[in-house]
Amino acid sequence: MKGNTVFFKNAPAVVTAAAVGGKMEGDGPMSACFDKINEDPYFSCETFEQGESKLLKEAVIHALEKGSLESSQIGIMFGGDLLNQCVGTTFGIRDLDIPFLGIYGACSTVTEGLLLASLFVDGGYTDRALAVTSSHFCAAERQYRFPLNYGGQRTPTSQYTATAAGALVVSAERLPPYVRAATVGKVVDMGVTDAANMGAAMAPAAYVSIKQFFADTGLSTDSFDLIVTGDLGKVGSRLLCELFDRDGIDIRDLHRDCGTMLYSFEDQDVHAGGSGAGCAASMLCGYFIPKLRCGEYKNILFAATGALLSPTVNAQGESIPAISHAVWLSYENGSIRDIKFEERRVR
Amino acid sequence: MEYFWAFIVGGAFCAVGQLLIDKTSLTPAKILVSFVTAGVILGAVGVYEPLREFAGAGATVPLTGFGYLLADGVKQAVSEQGFLGIFSGGLTSCAAGVSAAMIFSFIAALFAKSRQKLG
Repeated sequence: MKGNTVFFKNAPAVVTAAAVGGKMEGDGPMSACFDKINEDPYFSCETFEQGESKLLKEAVIHALEKGSLESSQIGIMFGGDLLNQCVGTTFGIRDLDIPFLGIYGACSTVTEGLLLASLFVDGGYTDRALAVTSSHFCAAERQYRFPLNYGGQRTPTSQYTATAAGALVVSAERLPPYVRAATVGKVVDMGVTDAANMGAAMAPAAYVSIKQFFADTGLSTDSFDLIVTGDLGKVGSRLLCELFDRDGIDIRDLHRDCGTMLYSFEDQDVHAGGSGAGCAASMLCGYFIPKLRCGEYKNILFAATGALLSPTVNAQGESIPAISHAVWLSYENGSIRDIKFEERRVR
Repeated sequence: MEYFWAFIVGGAFCAVGQLLIDKTSLTPAKILVSFVTAGVILGAVGVYEPLREFAGAGATVPLTGFGYLLADGVKQAVSEQGFLGIFSGGLTSCAAGVSAAMIFSFIAALFAKSRQKLG
């Protein structure tokens, strides 16, 4: 580890990944990226929370099927979601019989899981590690804002929690994309207290982590096809670009934000964009990983962002801290020596 | 003309609410409570009564009308029962509205299930 960045010596591979979504996601421009779309927000269950558990389980099962894997072949699973006590995950995976460690990073959970799974595989502790996360619009509204029955109005800066889940399996096999390095984020709090404007709270966290990644690796934006953030939405994306402007770096052409990709701003009433743990997870698993696998993208820096928001302490006047973990995913496999001395090979 | 003014006045109340949602970071719950409180204050100082006569349902249906009802109920109860009216008046006057809200919500909950509004 140099600075805050872990370099993976053997560059573990993401061998299979799957994304499952809801109706809004299926109606959006990214519908082709999903392995399954569920029209019913209840997922044929009694409650939205049970529905989220089923959504997450479906993502795991699809990921295993796509990789022709059995659950017994997974050494360890990392997972988390947005509900209290991470019930979306724990209830969803209870009959899968896989060793499990629960994690919470709000909407950054997917990169936290990917980072930990890569560490376990790279360190030789297990052959295959799985990372999964989900979010559900209806369950998240009840968790963070108001139950849907309340019928509250959404503000212009608010983001739409995706009903989506993403699961991926990291293994020591040789199959692109490879996880080359990852920067562990720090909790950043700029004092934003508006729970309906989480993009503004998260943008500084993404900025800090991405900058730290470049400082630790010695790489520059030239080495990357894309810099992807999790769910900053319209408001947060603009802030992130402005923060980089201050350093004299224009990332506008390189920058993509999962929150602005998942839905159509013209046809869908999503205000500032998508959000939720499932937003970044489904875009990573359903869009970016397939494009990296076929070599369309050679190197991307994926920095999912999480607003560590608690409705209880927010109501008590606390601000919203945020975190972002950045992971470098690459079509090519190379050691650290390659980066240091033959920088040109990175691209 | 009656309908026209009801529409204008009621719409103006709603426009204020929409502006508060769009331009401030107030949550819907805080806006609703402040609307009720504003109705109480406007009712207490005697501004709301002429507005109600002028705009009818345009002034009584928005939440400020609920606040006015509380203030008006207290006034009446105080004139009839004296000091005790401060405590009983508000709830007495809005009892029909509150009970109706609870009963209709209950009936709706028996038949309807909440669903995602698809944009």
